[in-house]
Amino acid sequence: MGVNKTEEMVLNIGPQHPSTHGVLRLKVQTDGEIVTSVTPVIGYLHRCFEKHCENITYQQVIPFVDRCDYIASMNNDFGYVLAVEKLLGIEVPEKVEYIRVIMAEMNRIASHLLALGTFGLDVGAFTPFLYMFRDRERILDLFELTCGARLLYNYMWVGGLSHDIPVGFVEKTYEFLDYFEPQIDEYNNILTFNKIFIERTADVGILPVDVAINFGVTGPNLRGSGLRWDLRKDETYSIYDRFDFNVPVGQGIKGSVGDSWDRYWVRVEEMRECVKIIRQALDMMPRDGDVKAAVPKRIRPPQGAIYSRSETPRGELGFYILSDGKPKPFRLKMRSPAFTALSVLSEISQGWMISDVLAILGSLDIVLGEIDR
Amino acid sequence: MIFEDIKKSLDQQFPDLVLVAGEDPFHFITIALNKWSRLARFLHNNKDLKFDSLHCITGIDNGPENCLEVRYNLFSMTHRHWLEVRIELDRTDPRLPSVEQIWRTADWLERETYDMYGIIFEGHRDLRRILLEDDWEGWPLRKDYITPEFYREMPVPKDKI
Amino acid sequence: MTITWLIEWVNDSWLGFLGLPGAFILAVIIAGLAIFGLVAVHAIVAVYVERKVAAFMQDRIGPMGQGPGLHAGKWGLLQTVADALKLLVKEDIIPAAADRKLFVLAPFILFLGAFIAFVALPFSESLVLADFNVGLFYILAVSSFGVIGLILAGWASNNKWSLYGAMRSAAQIISYEIPAAISLIAVILLVGSLNMQAITSAQSGTVWGILPNWFVFQNPFTFMAFFIYFIAGIAETNRTPFDIPEAESELVAGFHTEYSGMRWAFFFLSEYANMFIVCGVAVVVFLGGWQSPIPGLMTGRIWGLFWFMGKVVFLVLIMMWIRWTFPRLRVDQLMNVSWKVLLPLAFFNLFGAGIWSLWLD
Repeated sequence: MGVNKTEEMVLNIGPQHPSTHGVLRLKVQTDGEIVTSVTPVIGYLHRCFEKHCENITYQQVIPFVDRCDYIASMNNDFGYVLAVEKLLGIEVPEKVEYIRVIMAEMNRIASHLLALGTFGLDVGAFTPFLYMFRDRERILDLFELTCGARLLYNYMWVGGLSHDIPVGFVEKTYEFLDYFEPQIDEYNNILTFNKIFIERTADVGILPVDVAINFGVTGPNLRGSGLRWDLRKDETYSIYDRFDFNVPVGQGIKGSVGDSWDRYWVRVEEMRECVKIIRQALDMMPRDGDVKAAVPKRIRPPQGAIYSRSETPRGELGFYILSDGKPKPFRLKMRSPAFTALSVLSEISQGWMISDVLAILGSLDIVLGEIDR
Repeated sequence: MIFEDIKKSLDQQFPDLVLVAGEDPFHFITIALNKWSRLARFLHNNKDLKFDSLHCITGIDNGPENCLEVRYNLFSMTHRHWLEVRIELDRTDPRLPSVEQIWRTADWLERETYDMYGIIFEGHRDLRRILLEDDWEGWPLRKDYITPEFYREMPVPKDKI
Repeated sequence: MTITWLIEWVNDSWLGFLGLPGAFILAVIIAGLAIFGLVAVHAIVAVYVERKVAAFMQDRIGPMGQGPGLHAGKWGLLQTVADALKLLVKEDIIPAAADRKLFVLAPFILFLGAFIAFVALPFSESLVLADFNVGLFYILAVSSFGVIGLILAGWASNNKWSLYGAMRSAAQIISYEIPAAISLIAVILLVGSLNMQAITSAQSGTVWGILPNWFVFQNPFTFMAFFIYFIAGIAETNRTPFDIPEAESELVAGFHTEYSGMRWAFFFLSEYANMFIVCGVAVVVFLGGWQSPIPGLMTGRIWGLFWFMGKVVFLVLIMMWIRWTFPRLRVDQLMNVSWKVLLPLAFFNLFGAGIWSLWLD
């Protein structure tokens, strides 16, 4: 009789797998159900974004930016046009600022709905996912009304917008907000405070705040770890300083601070804050004005380099733009929040079970389009 | 802390470290390559500077005749100040010390820079290609990169630009 | 209508020349076909209902058809029929690395476990194929036989996901058999028989004058036992929140990842057959079997069948409701529920039921 020996098994989760949120491969070393190490393998969606950008004009970059984080295109556009406007030194009209904020916050809600829904799906709850998609659909309808596209908008231009908001948009948005706010309680009933859901997520995948900062984790994931840090408040851009809203942070209500449940909870609470911002913005928005007044005819930024960041639903999206004075960027680097969020996965998922790794992955809310670019 | 103060404290700690300090339109410092490792540790650990967040690593190719460059955007979550560090590298043998063990986020960011520019980060524990296949040839974001005709006997589609 | 009756009937008819052995074989074939028909029809209807229930719960409309021809019929009524036809003609793929013999065998073993359990289910007063004196024990025994099929499927596929699924389901089914069986023993103790008809008959009349004298209402311990059994039953059928063996977001499809076409359909069939068995046992043991909820009203052979099927469908619908409401447990939490919650409760129940029956005497 030989000696019985157990050995670790390598499990390849992905690239084709139901819960990798795109095309991601996780090389997971497992000892039975326990995971000893996780190595994410990325690049399956690499589309040479940065190389393309060196060959097209600043305005033409916007559709490419859309396609990076295809869940929150408005926020990505916003981040990019802010960077270029900073480089050019243009001021945009009041109305444009308001519309941008409204669109960005609506897209934030839509993105969070998708994040929460798929997170639910990752832990096995199917129904909340469809509830959230039903409501996300309403936001997409509003976007469609505005710019004709439902996913990739190309709506925010450097210095302005592609279209003014259509007639009836404001009323429809108010209507949506009135409908949407009570829905958040419904999500809480069906998923957030479900006993099994709490069992599955509370105390799972705890991300301490210092680790989060060191790994460059930002956005809701960082706030879930208990740090009150939101660029909209702490490094105000656009007109976010005019609105009154809170920055929800993880408090460890159901487990410890920084667990998967906290990351989830921060997103739920953030949706309420988004609703607040949109309401204020709709109230304060000037009703007339030309949204293309400040759109430059030719975009030729002066020589120089700029790093500009903004808060997207996934965290801090940074653009490093190096201009050599020509109409095309000399170098455009996108610092993607999901990229850094994914890099922390191997750190926080060791020692958990396979099911937990997928729950943690879901709680980090990654979009592979943005990671691979 | 404003940029002048940061520069002053750096000058105290490391005389003749900063080669260039300027505005472009943001403040930056260009430093000599061999100082980077010590400087990084200092920036991260010093109580007054405390750059605890490495935001972005950007590789830049300044053209086939010029140097390669790496730019680090550092931010302090505690003191809320920025610093951009630029390091110029030799094109033929681009090497610089890794900061992966100081800011863990640099792990993937450096791998990406290596992937795109072939810049070797010495001391990085796992320097592999990240976005491209391991057997990809060439450094795609260099200005003199020529797209290969074939990859593993598959024709590479060409964009008309 | 037992199998004995069937044999006699064949023997007495013009087929009498077959003799007793021939009549026996023929009778078994007839009975088998009847059960298979029931299982298949139940699966087709239940899949349709499940899809519709899920859709309505999720604010969708589910399968819908637009008219005649190869569409799915009105309200998608023919959707599952179309699906079944598609599965029948689908290419049968056996992975190159699979263990061919076991791979082919596994779905049938699994199905067999669910299939032969139907023999002992009393559908009505007179409609039970084999009226054993150990009916309940028999059902428990053969329905855990299916787990061998699961393990074989997982092993023979030579796929890591399948292996994980198989190991998980083996652990799960074995763990949940125990609380399920012990909660049933509480009832057996009160009845004093394992015969399914005897258990049903023990539930006639009323309790407290209003409620039917079903075991679920008879005393607090059997009331508890019903819930323990039902929860354990959901776990045995691998349904959410206990669906970790096929947890699609983790294990892709668990033990049947590599299966396609008709073999996959057999997995599906046995899942729904298992649901029927679990609910059928729950109905017989706790909900009065084929007895009418209002004693004396609408009784008789046909009504008995109606009541039995009605109660089973009701429990199946509850299973669906649970499935589309809850997230999934993790594997260790699942074991915790079984060993640390259900099992002690079941033992406590058994003890209580014993005391109760002594006190009644």
